[in-house]
Amino acid sequence: MKTNLSRRRFLFVSAAASGALLVGWRLGGAQNLPYLGAREEAQALGPFIRIEKDGDVIIGARATEIGQGVKTSLPMLIAEELDVDWSRVRVEQLPYGYIETDKGPSNKYGDQGAGGSDNIPSAWTELRQAGATARALLMQAAANQWDTSAQNLRTSAGQVIAPDGRKLGYGDLVEAAAALDLPKEMPALKKPEQFKIIGKPTRTVDAADIVTGRAQFGIDAYLADALIAVILRCPHLDGGVDKLDDAETRKVPGVKDVFVIPGPNPDEPIDGPLAAGVVVVAENTWAALKGREKLKIEWKPGAWESESTSALAAKANELLDKDLDAVPVRKDGEFAKAYKAAATRLEARYEMPFLAHATMEPPGALVHIENDKALLIASLQTPSRASQTISNLTGIPRKDIEIRLTRAGGGFGRRLKNDFVAEATLIAAKTKGKPVKLIWTREDDLQHDFYRPFGMHAMRAALDKKKKVIAWSHRCAATPRNYRDSGMKDRPLYIGCIEPDDFPAGLVANLDKTFFPVASGMPRGWWRGPIHTFHAFAVQSFIDEIAIGTKQDAVQLRLDLLGAPRKLKYEGEDRFDTGRLAGVLKRAADTIGWKDKRNDGHGIGIACHFTFGGYCAHAFEVSVEGKNLLIHRAVCAVDVGRPINPLGIEAQMMGGTIDGISTALNLAITVKDGQVQQHNFPDYPLMHMAQAPQSVEVHIVESTEEPSGAGEIGIPSVAPALANAIYAATTVRVRKLPMMPELLRLL
Amino acid sequence: MPDKPTRHAKPIPVPPVAASAREPTLPLRINGKAFFHNGDPEMPLLWYLRDVLRLTGTKFGCGVGYCGACTVLVDGKAQRACLTPVKTLSGHEVTTIEGLSGNADLHPLQQAWIEEDVAQCGYCQAGQIMAAADLLHSNPHPSDEDISKIPNLCRCGTYPRIRNAIKRAAEAMAKK
Repeated sequence: MKTNLSRRRFLFVSAAASGALLVGWRLGGAQNLPYLGAREEAQALGPFIRIEKDGDVIIGARATEIGQGVKTSLPMLIAEELDVDWSRVRVEQLPYGYIETDKGPSNKYGDQGAGGSDNIPSAWTELRQAGATARALLMQAAANQWDTSAQNLRTSAGQVIAPDGRKLGYGDLVEAAAALDLPKEMPALKKPEQFKIIGKPTRTVDAADIVTGRAQFGIDAYLADALIAVILRCPHLDGGVDKLDDAETRKVPGVKDVFVIPGPNPDEPIDGPLAAGVVVVAENTWAALKGREKLKIEWKPGAWESESTSALAAKANELLDKDLDAVPVRKDGEFAKAYKAAATRLEARYEMPFLAHATMEPPGALVHIENDKALLIASLQTPSRASQTISNLTGIPRKDIEIRLTRAGGGFGRRLKNDFVAEATLIAAKTKGKPVKLIWTREDDLQHDFYRPFGMHAMRAALDKKKKVIAWSHRCAATPRNYRDSGMKDRPLYIGCIEPDDFPAGLVANLDKTFFPVASGMPRGWWRGPIHTFHAFAVQSFIDEIAIGTKQDAVQLRLDLLGAPRKLKYEGEDRFDTGRLAGVLKRAADTIGWKDKRNDGHGIGIACHFTFGGYCAHAFEVSVEGKNLLIHRAVCAVDVGRPINPLGIEAQMMGGTIDGISTALNLAITVKDGQVQQHNFPDYPLMHMAQAPQSVEVHIVESTEEPSGAGEIGIPSVAPALANAIYAATTVRVRKLPMMPELLRLL
Repeated sequence: MPDKPTRHAKPIPVPPVAASAREPTLPLRINGKAFFHNGDPEMPLLWYLRDVLRLTGTKFGCGVGYCGACTVLVDGKAQRACLTPVKTLSGHEVTTIEGLSGNADLHPLQQAWIEEDVAQCGYCQAGQIMAAADLLHSNPHPSDEDISKIPNLCRCGTYPRIRNAIKRAAEAMAKK
């Protein structure tokens, strides 16, 4: 009985014989769509679509919007196949859609997380099918009314049209359509030449709300009687609270409570709070912050008191020099033999700093625990794991945890962790049924992040007499991304630092990729285009060094390596298309005028990279004047397959380019005496408008390939292209990030 | 006749303004309406706007006056709400993003921001718009260099579109 009921009432996601996800549903009443701004007459057609009597269409946006544009692009997929006028569509954020099925926990909306630029690929077929199915039901309803076959009918802009020209609006049909059985077969999807919405530049659906201050981010959530909490966290890696004097804090008007929350056990996974700390709960944010300022705490140092960035660099170099603790990543042919016998040999070592995510909206969460139920409102990237976190900490079953999603003020991977949700949950469990909103300050954020790993890349290459690269070695010594992460315990240590199949793997006969783990107490996490930003700087800088060292053209050398267009094995599948990478490289080179000589002190540099199914190349024209780096032109060529929303892709490439420049030039997290050294934006200086290029020339390759995401594609090739341009302008090779301090040291 | 303290009306449902905002203590004028504050006079305007008035368009970004996410106008000039104690505001007119357009639907800057599709995550944009409003007020035809002086941070890297939107708004305002 239970099976039937859930099948009848909820969307179900089932694997078809082809392995593709099919989204189907039975009738969903209004109760399944609690957050869609429902007027009474609105009728739901499945979990994503409601149609009002007047023909207005409400489409539910399932994914977490962190600035990557999916709240616009995913509903576009549904609207396309539903065949409605986009100007009549209103998009509403869906909540987290946890359901329990016979096969275990599931989600009535499908995948809602944001990571790996995966939203577009995972939604591409699924959400178009959702739209097409709803359209088929509307057509069937019209056919029934007109006593004809649905095959005789067509649709256009929210109307079903009969051969004789009679028309019925979706609003007039939706009630009858909602009562129909699902079509037995998945309706055919539109042919690309029929697309009216996909491929059309489309503005952010929330634009009006954002510019008027109405848009709701996690930090904007308030509930009646909600208390505000802040935490003073232990600044020592894996340290704790030794002595606490909270007398002055408790005297601050508005402060309600002060208590300690423990950090993770050293060497155990960090699944709850990231650090031990003292919580101050107050009536408002100001009282909480003032109270926190008056805490007197003696901290207990942890086991990492001797950790420093300089010691980590020394250790990384030692591991590389002495070949200690090697973890094999990929070996093709015989590198050592080929290297020894080669006509030309080159080597270089590159250093990458820890990075913080520094989302503009700091982490935070509002949690309300009432009896056996919980409510979370927060800016998230993985609501599914947030739900697990709350359930693990409170014992509340996941079906009784409600999660409302808001826009997130940036993600960049920070919100793939739910430490802030865990903290808010532990605090809410002590506030006697009152909701509590946890606020993180910028200092909290920079001091307590899951940082992008620190590491060193030792590169070696050998060329034969015809200047062909015949041997390639990439040895990476880094603080493993895979650190105290229960989700990664069975994965190799190199995951997140070096990618076995990345360029030029499969293109050089003798290849050696090896990883050397460097022990560190710094928490590590995913940072926008994580593996890719981490190693593309070394790979694409080194290619440039090889070209210059052997007097070859840096673009031609890459094209020679890529060779004829074909698909190479990448993570076990034929995924990496050498022709598409060559395509964006040539496009960027042509656009910047690669072959035009510069003799005015300007230099141009180029780089390309394959990231999560997308291909991107950057070219910069720069000069160095005094202590200033001037970026005269910034070119980005990108191939993300069929463009869904060109305006959004352009935004992601522009933003990725500027994020890439900002990060490469000036950003680093350093550690000394087991403590993070940076505190706020003045010492983690994101780029201002004055330093940014006035425009980024984005070129989107027209393509009929399956679409990839765009959020992370536009960043990995930025830093190496910039370093290569700096070399071209100055003959100074920057091998250490961030670039500006290193460039000024070398100049 | 002085305005009576009014309850702020927002187009989306939020809990009512805290009762303390209607007690006749420290008088404040925000978006043309009168409010009072009876709490700590040192409370920064940012937290008064957000926690007390539930005007959440003004954002918290750094708390040290650096990033500009909390930019509001005080007597028409851009100011960092995170560093402005409410006690300094008696007799001054505060404008937040919610009040920028006055009686119009949208300020030309807001309209231009939509047309240029500036926002990515959107979090810093209210502050950016308020900074731009100050700029265009004192300098209706800003050069690229003038625009570059806006110090507000955008983590998503929307600067080129911000620049275009300011130019578009300046043109639209010049035509009026």
